[in-house]
Amino acid sequence: MAQTSQFCTFYLDKLLFGVELKGVQEVIRSLDMTKVPLAPAVVSGLINLRGQIVTAVDLRRRLELEPRPSGMLAMNVVVRSDDGAVSLLVDEIGDVVEVEETTFESPPETLRGSVRTMILGIHKLNDRLMHVLDIEKACQMTEVAETPVTSR
Amino acid sequence: MSDSDIVQDFLAESYENLDRLDRELVGLEKNPHDRDALGSVFRTIHTIKGTCGFLGFNKLEKVAHVGENLLTRLRDGQLTLNPELTTALLGMVDAVRQMLKEIQATGQDGAIDYPELRETLTRLQQVEASAVKPAESPVHQEAPPPAPEEVMAPAKSEDIALSPAPVAEKPARKKAPKAATLQATQRGMGGPSAEPKHGDIAAPQQSVEARTHDKAAETIRVGVNLLDKLMTQVGELVLARNQLLQISNTVEDASLQAVSQRLNLIATELQEEVMKTRMQPIGNIWSQFPRTVRDVALGCGKEVGIEMEGKETELDKTIIEAIKDPLTHLVRNSVDHGIELPEVREKAGKDRSGRLILRAFHESGQVNIEISDDGAGLNGERIRKKAVERGVITAEQAARMTEREMFNLIFLPGFSTAEKVTNVSGRGVGMDVVKTNVEKIGGTVDVRSTMGQGTTVRVKIPLTLAIIPALVVTCGGDRYAIPQVSLLELVRLEADEVAKGIELVHGAPVYRLRGRLLPLVYLNRELRLAPDVNPATGNNGAVNIVVLQADERQFGLVVDQINDTEEIVVKPLRKQLKTVKTFAGSSIMGDGKVALILDVLGLAQRASVVTETRDRAMTEKAPEAAGTAGEKQTFLLFAGPGDSRMAIPLSTLARLEEFPVAQVEMSGTQWVTQYRGQILPLIRLNVAMEERRNRLRTPQALPALDSGPIQVLVLNHEGRSFGLVVERILDIIEDRADVRSAATRASVLYSVVIADRVTELLDIPAILRSAEVIATRPHLATRSAEVAN
Repeated sequence: MAQTSQFCTFYLDKLLFGVELKGVQEVIRSLDMTKVPLAPAVVSGLINLRGQIVTAVDLRRRLELEPRPSGMLAMNVVVRSDDGAVSLLVDEIGDVVEVEETTFESPPETLRGSVRTMILGIHKLNDRLMHVLDIEKACQMTEVAETPVTSR
Repeated sequence: MSDSDIVQDFLAESYENLDRLDRELVGLEKNPHDRDALGSVFRTIHTIKGTCGFLGFNKLEKVAHVGENLLTRLRDGQLTLNPELTTALLGMVDAVRQMLKEIQATGQDGAIDYPELRETLTRLQQVEASAVKPAESPVHQEAPPPAPEEVMAPAKSEDIALSPAPVAEKPARKKAPKAATLQATQRGMGGPSAEPKHGDIAAPQQSVEARTHDKAAETIRVGVNLLDKLMTQVGELVLARNQLLQISNTVEDASLQAVSQRLNLIATELQEEVMKTRMQPIGNIWSQFPRTVRDVALGCGKEVGIEMEGKETELDKTIIEAIKDPLTHLVRNSVDHGIELPEVREKAGKDRSGRLILRAFHESGQVNIEISDDGAGLNGERIRKKAVERGVITAEQAARMTEREMFNLIFLPGFSTAEKVTNVSGRGVGMDVVKTNVEKIGGTVDVRSTMGQGTTVRVKIPLTLAIIPALVVTCGGDRYAIPQVSLLELVRLEADEVAKGIELVHGAPVYRLRGRLLPLVYLNRELRLAPDVNPATGNNGAVNIVVLQADERQFGLVVDQINDTEEIVVKPLRKQLKTVKTFAGSSIMGDGKVALILDVLGLAQRASVVTETRDRAMTEKAPEAAGTAGEKQTFLLFAGPGDSRMAIPLSTLARLEEFPVAQVEMSGTQWVTQYRGQILPLIRLNVAMEERRNRLRTPQALPALDSGPIQVLVLNHEGRSFGLVVERILDIIEDRADVRSAATRASVLYSVVIADRVTELLDIPAILRSAEVIATRPHLATRSAEVAN
C-alpha cells in the first residue's frame, strides 16, 4: 500500500490549499487582533492565544492573491513553525484529506515568482487540485519592514 | 538512559565543577593550607578523570590524570601551592574545559592531548617534590586535628615511594573499575590511597558527604523554557481571575465570592512563587570574577584582592545573562586600568595590593551593582582635553561641564575605541558597549571617581524583565505600553493652552518645558496610524505629552489618551516583527487583548530625536553655574541674607513655588515639605549662609504659623531636587554679566554686575554641601518592588 499523509485543507480566493496535519496546532475562529504599525504588510497583527502571543500572517497577501473582501472574517490556522506558533489567516476551512504519494506532482514550471518557493507541489484530488503549502517558507518574512521615514 | 544522556549529564556536571575549581584554586592561592578546599579540588578532578575513563575519553583522562597526580601531592602536603603551580593547574582546568566543549560539539575529546601541559604538570610535581620535602613538616603542624596527621603519615610514605615513577601509577589507576573509583570519590578527602588505613576518621567524613548529597537531592534541574511556560500559564490564570473577580462583584452570591476570593489569594501566591523560580543570586556570575581578576592582574604585574558584598542579591535569569559581559568588562577594566602597579601604589602610600570591591543591593525596585577600586581614579582634566581634541565635545561645552559629566564621557563611543585616549584617560575600551548593553535592559551606568583614591562604576538595573511597570497610552484606537524607566513626566495642555504652548521651529513642533525646548513627537504620525493632523488639534483640543528620556535626550511624545500605569508581562516579538525597531515587545492587557510595548530609544531614533552618534546628548547638558563671559544669560534675582542681592542662572531653576507655612514639616533637623509626591528638603538660604558656628546655635524649629507663605526656588542638582527658601524673589533679568570680582564669602561663586547693581552669584553645589542635604531621589519605578517580593 502506498504511503499516505493527512492534510488540513483551507480555501484562499476559491483555491484549495493544504498543510500537513502534523504541523497544525489548532484551527480557531476569528480572534481580536492588535495591529502592528510599521510591520510588513503580510503581518495582520497579534492575537492572544491563551496567553501566548501569536503573529497572524495574512496568507492572501503572502501568496500575492486578491485582498480579502471586507466583511469576510478570516479563520486562523495555527501552525508550528521553527519560531513558535504562527497563525495563518485563511478564508474558509476545508476537510482533513488523506492523500497518497501517487497523486503528488511538482508545481508546474509556469508557476513563477515568490509564490513558487512557498508551494511544495500539487496533490490531484478527485474533483480539484490541492496546493501543498510550505509552512516554514510561508511564515518567513523575506520582506523587510517598510523603510522608516524620518519625520522631517 | 542512553549513552548520549550520560555524556550530557557528565558535561553539565563537569562544567559546574570546573567553575568551582577556578574559584577554589584562586582561593587556595591565598590560603594554600586550606585542606578542605584542596580535598574538594582533588575530588573534582578525580571524578572527571574516573568518569571520562568510563566513557572512553582517553585524552581527557590523560590530562586529568597528571593534574590529579600533582593535586595528590598538594593534598598530602608534600607541595605548597604557589602561583606557578596555580597557573599550571588553571591551565589544566582550561584544557579540560576545552576538551569538554569538543565533546559537546563532536562527541569526541578532540585531537590535541596537550603534551606540553602534561609535561609541565609532571615536571612541577617532580621538581617540587624533592625541593619542598624538607619544609613539609611545618605544613603539617598547621593541620589542626592530630588524628588525620597520624593517619596521613603512612599514606604519605606510600605516595613518596611512588613519586619517582608517577607513570607507573597510571596503569594501575586506569584499570580500577568504575564502581571502586566512584566509591573512593565519595569517601572524600582521604582519597583512594589512604583509604584502607583510616577507616575510623573516614566515617564522619562520609556523613558529611552524605549530608551534602541529601541537599543536592532537594534540588532538581528544570529547563528554563518550562519555567517560561509556567510563567505564561500563571499570567493567564491571573487574567482569568481578574475577569472572575469582576463578575463575582456584580453577582449577589456569597459562595461564589468566597471561592473567587480564595482563587484570588492562591493565584497571587502562585504568581509570586513562579516569579521566584526565575531569580538567581548575582553570586552565580560573580563567582568567576576571582579567576578573571587573578589572570588580568598576573598579566599586568599587579596585585589585586577582590571582595564581594551582597552575593545573594537576586535577579531575573534573563538579566543575569544580559549583564554578565558588561560586568566582566568593568571588572577587567578596573584591574587593567584602575589599579596601579604595586610600586606606584607604595609610593602613593597605599597597600601594594589593590582592592576591587563588588557590591550588589536592592534600592527602590532596582538592583544596584557597584564595582569599586582603590586605584588611581580618573583624571577629569585629561578626559576633558582629550574629548575636545577628538571632537567629541566642543571646548565651550567642556568648559561648562561638571567633573561628573566629564567622567561619564568615557561612555561615549568616540572615546572608547582609540587606544591612545585609553592609555591617557585611564580606561574606556568598549565602555560604550557596556553602556549600550546595560541600557538595552533598561538600566543605567554612572561613574564616580576621586583622583588618587579610586573609581566606582554603578550599574542600576531593573529586577526583572519579565514584568515591568509601564504607562499605558492610547493612540489611533490601540493601546501601547511605555516602560516606566524611560518616563519622566506627563504634561497635559488644555485646548486653550495648546496654541501658545506648542511652537514651531522651522516646522518642527516644540514645547517649552520649564524654559527648555522639548521636541515633540506625534505617536500617530510616527506609527503612521492616521493622516497627519494639525499639531494644535485632536483629542477635544487638549494635548497629552508624555515626556520621555532616550539616551540622555528628552522628548515629548504626543498621544491621544493616557490611560494608567500597569504591571505588564513582557513577551518578546517573533522574528517576523524583529525588523520593527519601534517596539520592544508585546504584552497581554487585563481584558485579554494584546498591546505593543514601545521601544523608546527605537522610537526616538525613528523620529531623529536621538542620532546614532549621541553627539546631541551633550548639548542637553545646560550650563551648570554660569556661561562664559560675554554671552547673555537670564538670571533670577532674589534677596539674600543681609539685604544683599543674589542671583542664580534661570536655567538651574526648576520651578518657583510658594508654600504656606503649615505645609512645612520637620525631618530630623531638616525642613521638608511634600511636593509632587516627593519629600522636598528645604534649605533656608539665610541659615545655610551663616557661619557654621553660629548655625549650630540657631534653633531648627518650624516657622511660626502666623508668618506669611515662604518663597521657594525648586532646583535640581545632579538628579536631586531641593527647595531653597529665600526672603524675597526680586526679578528675572537678562544680562551679559561680564563685570565680575571674586567672592567675598562662602557659597558664592563670584560677584557680578547685573542690571547696574552688584549681585552675588550663588554657588549651588556649595550651598548643598553646607546644608548637608540628604535629598530623596525621585523614583518612578517603585511599584516593581511589589511584584518582585
